[in-house]
Amino acid sequence: MRIGVFVCQCGTNIAGTVDTEAVARKALEYADVVYATSYVYTCSEPGQQEIQRRIKEMDLQGVVVAACSPRMHEPTFRRAVERAGLNRYMFEMANIREHVSWISTDKEANTRKAMELVHMAVAKLRFNQPLFSSKVPINKRVLIIGAGVAGIQAALDCSDGGLDVVLVEKNPSIGGKMAQLDKTFPTIDCSSCILGPKMVDTAQKENITLYACSEVESVAGYVGNFKVQIRKKATYVDWNACTGCGECVQKCPSRKAPDTFNENLSNARAINIPFPQAIPKKATINRDYCLHFTRGKCGVCKKICPVRAIDYDMQDEIVTEEVGAIIVATGYDLFDHSVYGEYGGGRYPDVISGLQYERILSASGPFGGHIKRPSDGSEPKDIVFIACVGSRDASVGRPYCSGICCMYIAKQAILTKDHLPDSNCYVFYMDIRSPGKNYDEFVRRAQEEYGVQYIRGRVGKVYPRGDRLVVQGADTLLGIQVEVEADLVVLATGVEASSGAAELAEKLRISYDQYGFYMESHPKLRPVETNTAGVYLAGACQGPKDIPASVAQGSAAAAKIQALFARDVIETDPQVALVNERTCVGCLKCIMVCPFGAIQSKTLRDGSIKAEVLASVCQGCGLCNATCPPKAIQLQHATDNQILAELNTLCA
Amino acid sequence: MMERLHTLAIQTTRNDEFIREVEKASGQHISQCYQCGNCSASCAYTYVYDYPVNQIMRLVQLGQKDVVLSSKSIWLCATCQACTTRCPCNIDVAKVMESLRILSRQDKKVSEHDIQLFYDEFLRLVKRFGRVFETGLLPLFSVKAGKPFTDVDLAPRVLMKGKLGLLPHKVKGQRHVAEIFDRFEAYGKKSDRDKG
Repeated sequence: MRIGVFVCQCGTNIAGTVDTEAVARKALEYADVVYATSYVYTCSEPGQQEIQRRIKEMDLQGVVVAACSPRMHEPTFRRAVERAGLNRYMFEMANIREHVSWISTDKEANTRKAMELVHMAVAKLRFNQPLFSSKVPINKRVLIIGAGVAGIQAALDCSDGGLDVVLVEKNPSIGGKMAQLDKTFPTIDCSSCILGPKMVDTAQKENITLYACSEVESVAGYVGNFKVQIRKKATYVDWNACTGCGECVQKCPSRKAPDTFNENLSNARAINIPFPQAIPKKATINRDYCLHFTRGKCGVCKKICPVRAIDYDMQDEIVTEEVGAIIVATGYDLFDHSVYGEYGGGRYPDVISGLQYERILSASGPFGGHIKRPSDGSEPKDIVFIACVGSRDASVGRPYCSGICCMYIAKQAILTKDHLPDSNCYVFYMDIRSPGKNYDEFVRRAQEEYGVQYIRGRVGKVYPRGDRLVVQGADTLLGIQVEVEADLVVLATGVEASSGAAELAEKLRISYDQYGFYMESHPKLRPVETNTAGVYLAGACQGPKDIPASVAQGSAAAAKIQALFARDVIETDPQVALVNERTCVGCLKCIMVCPFGAIQSKTLRDGSIKAEVLASVCQGCGLCNATCPPKAIQLQHATDNQILAELNTLCA
Repeated sequence: MMERLHTLAIQTTRNDEFIREVEKASGQHISQCYQCGNCSASCAYTYVYDYPVNQIMRLVQLGQKDVVLSSKSIWLCATCQACTTRCPCNIDVAKVMESLRILSRQDKKVSEHDIQLFYDEFLRLVKRFGRVFETGLLPLFSVKAGKPFTDVDLAPRVLMKGKLGLLPHKVKGQRHVAEIFDRFEAYGKKSDRDKG
């Protein structure tokens, strides 16, 4: 083989701490290397042309580029060698930037390590074989997990583009957290008035299949051809028959079920429709509170239902859907403020979360939109808001900023003054973070027009005095301790990853950060992609986000899928396992270890049993390669011989 | 409040060595403080401080050695540790205050001599008897502090209730306690010599 080596200087990124000329000179000593050079920016247009020119001039059969991480530019260089007539897999990359020049300033040691990495790449390349991808058709259907505002937006945009959408929502109704909000900042428009039409659209689009009260059970396959199992949880009500008339809810004698839609400020019936605008507007039985399930008697709903929709024997049902791409829009959960002992640890009924106050403000909320204290139903006069509860607090494991709280407490304070003009609102804050369009003006309005008192300092403790609460904080601008007697304390509870985010990530084979938020492929340039092809992100599942940002991401993910589906076929990655039938002994251990079900057995004409890899299902993890006793199954482009060649070079 | 700082020339007055000293003595990273004020919000004695504790932290961040070490706040701190408990940045603020008291003594900047005196007398009795002897401590402190009649009116009632013993309590290992003090004092002298 005739091999050419190109050592990139990356300006001074590499050349600053690696002697790239020396690395190139040394490369000429390696077996089969006929050409080696050092170049200032190999990824630039002239750099790529230089590679192509040398391939033709020197009749090169393989190319090594020693530069940055293959995550950055491997596709660039593969295309470059392909344009010069080589197979794209006759190319190897040695990472001498992230793995060498950026991690040490010792030029001598760096140069030595760079030489060894180049030597390994050359040694591997000598065993490379041309590989070819096959083409498989794309299934142009989309699965969207989570039907909050991000998921709804993505579903509508995909649907408008003519794609079939499967929308899966864990809760009985779509709408997510936005459906629970009263008004939205910075325009104070009614949340359900702007979300409602989108929810209705989602229900009416013929190409959107909605699974509410359902969760993704398992995901198999790959981009273009996913097979997804969805668990439809038993609601004990036949939703095809249920008209949402609400008779059953009226008559249900069990009245102590938690009302999660109202953040448990009130109780719900055991059979319930979460809120008037719910989509689908269908009843669901909470079996933990239903007298039929807990005591074996009652059955009132079954008797009263005019369409006989109640079915106590209903079981969970698994349905299988085939899709070509997936959008994850599972949203967030609210931080549990009971870890703050100094704010009462959840013991004081009049110390509430931001979302609870949102329900109190809402006309469809537990108090019909009248501001009342949860403890005694009286109208509060002094209301204190405490910012950064579960945000920017390393001591509770939440060092990040939730990004929405500064804005939502300004909104809630304004709404409070609208509802109760004689009330006094106080906001304890550390910093005000309001970088959105018209956001800072909105916070200023709260202070200037509505007279909300902003106090710069954290709150040390909240304790009862009579039937009121004393909020003891600091005014750090004044340098003194301050005290406010309040009737109601609203905590600006922060954002955390939704429960179950990690389990879903494992099903989808996507990664998440230490707080459970899903990892985007690149924090700036690939914000809605994941590192798993065909899986996209939208909304707060990727990190705390407000409504405009969530909607933008929903649309962005939909656009990405439209681009993916603009093709009819997709090229598969040929870096998958391959069985050498002459050496396969048919032990089929590979089938047992394969996590993707990509291997099956087949019987040859002579009756012998052999393993066979389904190339389109294989993910190239290499478990089978490691397991195979006669080494008959080999991962292409990472064969035992290739890896041993690298190790031999390193250990020689 | 103490005489207010006026325009502070941050570059010329910043003592980086002092910041390092405080960090070394307390084991805390001063730069982690983001000035939320929770320490001052929780502090039981902030009403008698010349600088609230969040401002003490800020002054340390700015390397204002003289202001901090001669402040009253560091001596009026009762080490109740409410600041430490509630600091969202996990800074042991009470430990920083303790370190500042030590540095203040070393630098002879103590502003509250009575409090220093109380610490000294308290520890002297502990060294002598193995634990504190209240009936000795109070008069000793009052006389040395130049206010001999402080709380004298309480003495008969407290004595009647048997709260104060006329003789010091005996403890086991009294000698060993004294040895701890000796070792500490020897160590202190040695490190003073090393510093030099």
